[in-house]
Amino acid sequence: MALPSYTETRYKIWHYFYLAVCAFVFFFLIAPLFVIFPLSFNAEEFLVFSEGMKNLDPDAFSLRWYKDMIYGTKNPWGLAAKNSFIIAIFATIGSIILGTLAALGLSSRHMPYKGIIMATLISPMIVPLIISGVAIFFFMAKVGLAATHTGIVFAHIILGTPFVVITVTATLSGFDHSVTRAAASLGSNPVNTFMKITLPLILPGVISGGLFAFVTSFDEVVVVLFLAGLENTTIPVQMWTGLREQLSPTILAVATCLIILSTLILISAELLRRRSERLRGINR
Amino acid sequence: MSSETKILTTDGIPLEVSLKKAERKNKIKAFALVAPLLLFLVITYIFPIGEMFTRSIDDKMITNMLPKTFKEMENWNGKELPSEEVFSSFYYDYKALVEKQEHGKLGQRLNKEKNGFNSTTKRLFRSIKRKKIDENASIKEQMMKVHKNWGNVEYWQAIKRTAPPYTLAKYLKGMDMYYAPDGSIVQVDEDRRIHRILWLRTLEIAFFVTLFCFLMGYPIAHLLATLPMKYSNLLMICVLLPFWTSLLVRTASWMILLQQQGVVNDFFVMIGLVADDNRPEMMYNKVGTYVAMTQILLPFMVLPLYSVMKTISPSLMRAGKSLGGTPFVAFWKVYFPLTIPGIGAGCLLVFILAIGYYITPALVGGASGTLISNQIAFHMKQTLDWSFASAMGLMLLTGVLVIYWIYNKLVGVDNIKLG
Repeated sequence: MALPSYTETRYKIWHYFYLAVCAFVFFFLIAPLFVIFPLSFNAEEFLVFSEGMKNLDPDAFSLRWYKDMIYGTKNPWGLAAKNSFIIAIFATIGSIILGTLAALGLSSRHMPYKGIIMATLISPMIVPLIISGVAIFFFMAKVGLAATHTGIVFAHIILGTPFVVITVTATLSGFDHSVTRAAASLGSNPVNTFMKITLPLILPGVISGGLFAFVTSFDEVVVVLFLAGLENTTIPVQMWTGLREQLSPTILAVATCLIILSTLILISAELLRRRSERLRGINR
Repeated sequence: MSSETKILTTDGIPLEVSLKKAERKNKIKAFALVAPLLLFLVITYIFPIGEMFTRSIDDKMITNMLPKTFKEMENWNGKELPSEEVFSSFYYDYKALVEKQEHGKLGQRLNKEKNGFNSTTKRLFRSIKRKKIDENASIKEQMMKVHKNWGNVEYWQAIKRTAPPYTLAKYLKGMDMYYAPDGSIVQVDEDRRIHRILWLRTLEIAFFVTLFCFLMGYPIAHLLATLPMKYSNLLMICVLLPFWTSLLVRTASWMILLQQQGVVNDFFVMIGLVADDNRPEMMYNKVGTYVAMTQILLPFMVLPLYSVMKTISPSLMRAGKSLGGTPFVAFWKVYFPLTIPGIGAGCLLVFILAIGYYITPALVGGASGTLISNQIAFHMKQTLDWSFASAMGLMLLTGVLVIYWIYNKLVGVDNIKLG
């Protein structure tokens, strides 16, 4: 963004002001995440930087909160992590299957009432979570699925499918339908065509939708708070309780692990997006 | 078209019919793919939201508890004390409730309608338990002797008001209004209008968070869209990493930053902005809600803006400048109007998300930073007034759906971009 040498001074000032604003906003976005990291190695029990930490004294840092997270007797993190992963994996599988099928239907030019159906399928993403929570709770309580893993998985499929529908529909928008017709003319049945031709081509979209669904489920707390019993506690529920009641540094150790996880997910999502754009021939 | 000119397919069916048939087959095929998800959502999600509506207006409890009384009351003019028949049918209804041990619920519900009803019905309960009421004599006179309130026409009017199986009372309560004894709608006293304050605050916070997100998101989206790819990809991480990070993690980091001994306050003390012993409270109030929500929702503003700005050719700005516009004029007349679709998409998305926010305000908002969602959760979990929670939820939902409809008209839901 180098400015040409003939730029007038006032535009130069304006340009540097603009860059300063951008720098501030990027800092505002990313810096809060980096506060957690050093504090999770705090040797003391408080959530503030101790004098020792400010002086980079090695004794002021420790792994005790990580040990507490894994081995702590009263800590429910083990159970919570297990539940979170089980629920998120099943919710992701369910969202991918239902969402991909729906996206295939929606992308067909024969689909009737496309607009209203699309709006309905996306609605769980738009409706405030608290309302979704209340409605899903009423339903699950009625059919006896409240406080069960199954109930929470169903709830998370509801919240996760819109992401799969959106990403797969976007991938299919650049999809060349003549390849499936070619397959059909060569005698392939529709299922075979889907598995051998369509799926490999839309796979990046499916997986990135699945990542969204996974993160949605893994991070979801409002609906789980309505549905979960003590047995179904998840990582976000534990964090929520911890942040409301006793703010212990163990939470920061967990948060650090979650940030590492989200970094990994970000990297895979970015790689997938690029691969998808390459496959669809979009080169920007 | 006359029959001679009709084009036939090889098997003798008119082409038009044959095509329609094929078309219908394709339609059914496409619909069959969507059907599983649609059905799943309708059963587990759309239908329960509809059920929230019936729950919010449901007032059948008393209607079912006092069937005979309400039947008799149809002949009562509602102005003077009801007749002996009304009294006796109420007595028998109540006696039946006592046998089922449901009389307590009736007393509590009626007490909401008119203060003092609980003790009035309890007195009747005791007389029935002690078999003091002679069912062959006038029940009206005996009841009036049991408690003088039975002789007060206002109490009977209160019972009559509970007769309809449906009521909009919960919606009125959500707007700080209620039904007066004569059935008219009145507002609650000015100092008790808590819900209206919450609605206004929710709108205010959603509006300003959207504004802040726009003011901060526009410059960086512009920078990301105009920088060379290798730099912008790197900076994009600053937007995407918070986007993918758990909401609770981000809220936790703001709790650490904004607390009184926190990093932000440390920094203010260090640069001499505030005294060490006079650190401002930045959490558990509106400031905390604004700061945390703006940072959390900012990616939802940047991503749509970025995807629109990416499509604007840089030569347009150059053309504007070469035609004699200053950079400001070129920006305002050429670039800015082209980004309006992105602004609309981003602002509507952030506003929709902000208006229903729950977790962050509950953790960093304190008493003055909580929103309508927190009130709904409070009634779901603490007071257990589920019909009121449903009513408030549906009022909020109506607002969100209106914005969603506008969004759909302007942007189209199928144009939502993720990442």
